[in-house]
Amino acid sequence: MRSGRPSGSRLGWVKAALFVLALAPVAWLAWRATAGRLGANPLEAVTHATGDWTLRFLLATLAVTPLRALTGVNTLIRFRRMLGLFAFFYGTLHLLTYLWFDQFFSWPDILRDIPKRPFITVGVAAFALMVPLAATSTAGMIRRLGGARWRALHRLVYLCAILGVVHFWWLVKADVSEPRLYGAVLAVLLAARLWVSYRRSAPAPEPAGARRSRSFDRR
Amino acid sequence: MLLRRRLGIPSSEITDEHLYWRRRDFIAAAGLAAVGLAVSGPELIGAEPQRPAKLPNVVPGPYGTDEARTPYEDVTTYNNFYEFGTDKASPARYAASLRTRPWTVRVDGECRRQGDFPLDDLVKPQALEERVYRLRCVEGWSMVIPWVGFPLRALVDRAEPNPKARFVEFTTLLDQRQMPGQQDPVLEWPYVEGLRLDEAMHPLTILAVGLYGSVLPNQNGAPVRLVVPWKYGFKGIKSIVRIRFVQQQPWSSWQRANPREYGFYSNVNPEVDHPRWSQARERRIGEFFKRKTLMFNGYDEVARLYSGMDLRKNY
Repeated sequence: MRSGRPSGSRLGWVKAALFVLALAPVAWLAWRATAGRLGANPLEAVTHATGDWTLRFLLATLAVTPLRALTGVNTLIRFRRMLGLFAFFYGTLHLLTYLWFDQFFSWPDILRDIPKRPFITVGVAAFALMVPLAATSTAGMIRRLGGARWRALHRLVYLCAILGVVHFWWLVKADVSEPRLYGAVLAVLLAARLWVSYRRSAPAPEPAGARRSRSFDRR
Repeated sequence: MLLRRRLGIPSSEITDEHLYWRRRDFIAAAGLAAVGLAVSGPELIGAEPQRPAKLPNVVPGPYGTDEARTPYEDVTTYNNFYEFGTDKASPARYAASLRTRPWTVRVDGECRRQGDFPLDDLVKPQALEERVYRLRCVEGWSMVIPWVGFPLRALVDRAEPNPKARFVEFTTLLDQRQMPGQQDPVLEWPYVEGLRLDEAMHPLTILAVGLYGSVLPNQNGAPVRLVVPWKYGFKGIKSIVRIRFVQQQPWSSWQRANPREYGFYSNVNPEVDHPRWSQARERRIGEFFKRKTLMFNGYDEVARLYSGMDLRKNY
């Protein structure tokens, strides 16, 4: 973080606040576990909460670029990596709850279960897609890959989010209202992205014209 | 206190069951302290809810089990009762809007003694028994619940079904004001379930009007519900207003919602998986490790009802 410059240090504070805020769900979960307030089926409650927050952080990550285009607040991009990594963090916890509380680390059972249950297949696939994204999230990796290749790789996040919503959709018994809500938000975010890239590629409505180069994803 | 410990230590060290059960004691103690407050907000999930009135003259019934009973608090706060919302906590939160008195049950169809009967008239002649049954939900969790009720057979006998009656169809109350969940078309309302007549007459099958010796809480299906312990929980239709004897196999709400996933029989069967998840194991509420699911939920005496039937096809 650029601690030297005044604007940088303010950004640092905002980032720190966001970091703490992003840890609130897991802290809340830990508190409820401690106080015995996770209800009759605590393991299910942990599984659901970590899954919900994975999706929420994925959607928040995907909201950065459209929000930036909409508001013109370019510093928003500074929070994108952190949001993405928190999606990975909650996704990891979510996967762990499955491996531990549902399968008790019985690998033969797990390997049988993953292809057998479509919603598990899709969920595991979505998680697998997050791994390379998290692994290449450092500045060093971006440099090593080069901007274009890095961006191409990170487009996997769209697929990841779609699979995440499908995973949720397929596991509910009858009431799809919640997964439908996540799906709707995702659809809006993806549409907004198309709109942003369309506006960017269309030269006409940009009188300033100077910054036509694809500055959006530059870090 | 326990769960965090479990999260923090290797899985090889987590089987400290005594510690686990002490957690329950702690909750019970906390609950006792909270009873005086008489608050039933969702924040107080850990608190012991106030129990409804005790039912008089309940005698112990057959088919008991000495398995540990699921705590009252869990039985009454973790419910599937979509008429009050699809979240497990919703029924306990919202079912207060259900008025269970007066309550009328219509008995009709292929039987001699048809009519609209006040529930009290149907229950009064019956000796109330306590039946401690396992309950296995199709979702993969289970409980042990001390129901209070009477054999459905007693009611069937009084209705005097005629020879055409082959099935019994049950219907839940339809009233969006009392059951706000019915505003959402999650299922086709009213909820409908059915049994073959011989299943309905089996001595294990009961109509329950209470649990833990007290009047049935609304979220558990007050004032009267079906309990068929060898079938998945959703067969146990709640808040029944109609019992009809029919010739044709009833078409239940869950069959209508998804005929490929939910069959008419819905017997607990570890060998026939739900299309989307395995039914081989279950999590007993209050336990950490999953246990093996038993054929017919451990009630082998019902096997003869299905002799010669392909239970894969008749799921």
